[in-house]
Amino acid sequence: MKLKNWKEVNPGSVITEPGSSEKFKTGSWRSSKPVWIEENCIQCLFCWIYCPDNAIKVKDGKRGEFDYEYCKGCGICALECPGKKGNKAIIMVEEGK
Amino acid sequence: MAKIVAVTGNEAVANALRQVNPDVCAAYPITPQTDMMQRFSGFVSDGKVKTEIILVESEHSSMSACVGASAAGGRVITATSSQGLALMNEILYIASGTRLPIVMPVVNRALSAPLNIHGDHSDAMGARDSGWIQLWSENAQEAYDNTIQAFRIAEHMDIRLPVMICLDGFIISHSIERIEYLEDEQVQNFVGEFKQLYPLLDLAHPVSYGPLILPDYYMEFRKAQAEVNTKVPEVVLDVAADFEKISGRKYGLFETYRLEDAEIGIVILNSAAGTTKDVIDEFRNKGIKAGLLKPRLYRPFPYVETGEALKHLKALCVLDRADSFGSSFSPVYMDIASSLYPYNDKPILINKIYGLGGRDYLPEHAEIVLNELIDIAETGNVKSYKEYIGVRE
Repeated sequence: MKLKNWKEVNPGSVITEPGSSEKFKTGSWRSSKPVWIEENCIQCLFCWIYCPDNAIKVKDGKRGEFDYEYCKGCGICALECPGKKGNKAIIMVEEGK
Repeated sequence: MAKIVAVTGNEAVANALRQVNPDVCAAYPITPQTDMMQRFSGFVSDGKVKTEIILVESEHSSMSACVGASAAGGRVITATSSQGLALMNEILYIASGTRLPIVMPVVNRALSAPLNIHGDHSDAMGARDSGWIQLWSENAQEAYDNTIQAFRIAEHMDIRLPVMICLDGFIISHSIERIEYLEDEQVQNFVGEFKQLYPLLDLAHPVSYGPLILPDYYMEFRKAQAEVNTKVPEVVLDVAADFEKISGRKYGLFETYRLEDAEIGIVILNSAAGTTKDVIDEFRNKGIKAGLLKPRLYRPFPYVETGEALKHLKALCVLDRADSFGSSFSPVYMDIASSLYPYNDKPILINKIYGLGGRDYLPEHAEIVLNELIDIAETGNVKSYKEYIGVRE
């Protein structure tokens, strides 16, 4: 995407295009990433409720894979995950390993 | 027909705000401004204006509410002094950076500590780099006139910046003077209808205010804001020319008084300029070529025009009602020095700090300064480049 010069930007940094934050992919900010372990998941959807970036998609009442294009790796989902019988359904692993 | 009245500075400015009839006002009381917003809220209670008043718990909140109301699409005002302006500081930058044309009279008062409620310019000087336009006013008439013109300047489509109108606390805000009021209709026609550029309440065109701008774009926004400042002086002059047509009163970027053929000069802001002009007349009667420059548009500072107006002098003193602790000289001095720097032939420049915390500025202070300037102009010798005057040594 070609960056605008100072004559082209909107006065006062007002954004006139609704929903444009979708274009702002924040996945590259991540230093550690959440990994979903499906067999330990009880589908409580706590992760979906707590995720500040809407990076967990729910379909037909069930969560699926993370949306790594937006997940910043904050780890809240892993913290909140109750897991099954003491085994977490979300763990954080260092990026690039 | 103009109406001639005897009113205080606060009353005059409150009346200007009534005549403009803004959409929203969010203000918090602080001496010596309180009386201005009290009078304005009286107009609201009496149904003289359609303005919605937002009650807030601090000046940080009042300016925040103004930012929201302005972004929503309203013509917005507030007013403050001293600690109130200091408390607003964070939001001042948001108002200017977001290019919201909020209009705010600032009744100049000293800053604490030590606690003091009287007039000096420390408050507005602390906000001089905040991106707000500053118009300074010598007397109640100028404060009234500047307030009306401020709306046209702030809301000009090429500008869209907030404006402060500065007037001296107590000396102007609480003293009764003879004022000429314009008719309500004249003021309303002059300011016209306000249209926000991107109103938040225009639901057909949803917009977002206040986004995070990272290093890839921040400088572009800042450069755009800096460029807007270069357009302000021309707009100020255009608005002044239109204002002269309805009022007969002439305004420029600054006022010069017997300056053209002067050899020595004084630069001074606001009410003290009046006292200084009287003393200059006395010196002129003695055959001494003295003159004065009183800045009006202080931010953005019209340094080219100011330098041109002052460069011919032999000796010049900048009198400041504020210090800038830890810097070389006081605020206005630094701007005047910069404006003269490009010229090879320029006056010897000295700096006096006077009148802090409401200390009286007396004709004899101006006399002492002018006598010192005569001596400097003759001998070239400067005994002190920066000095407090009217202080017990």
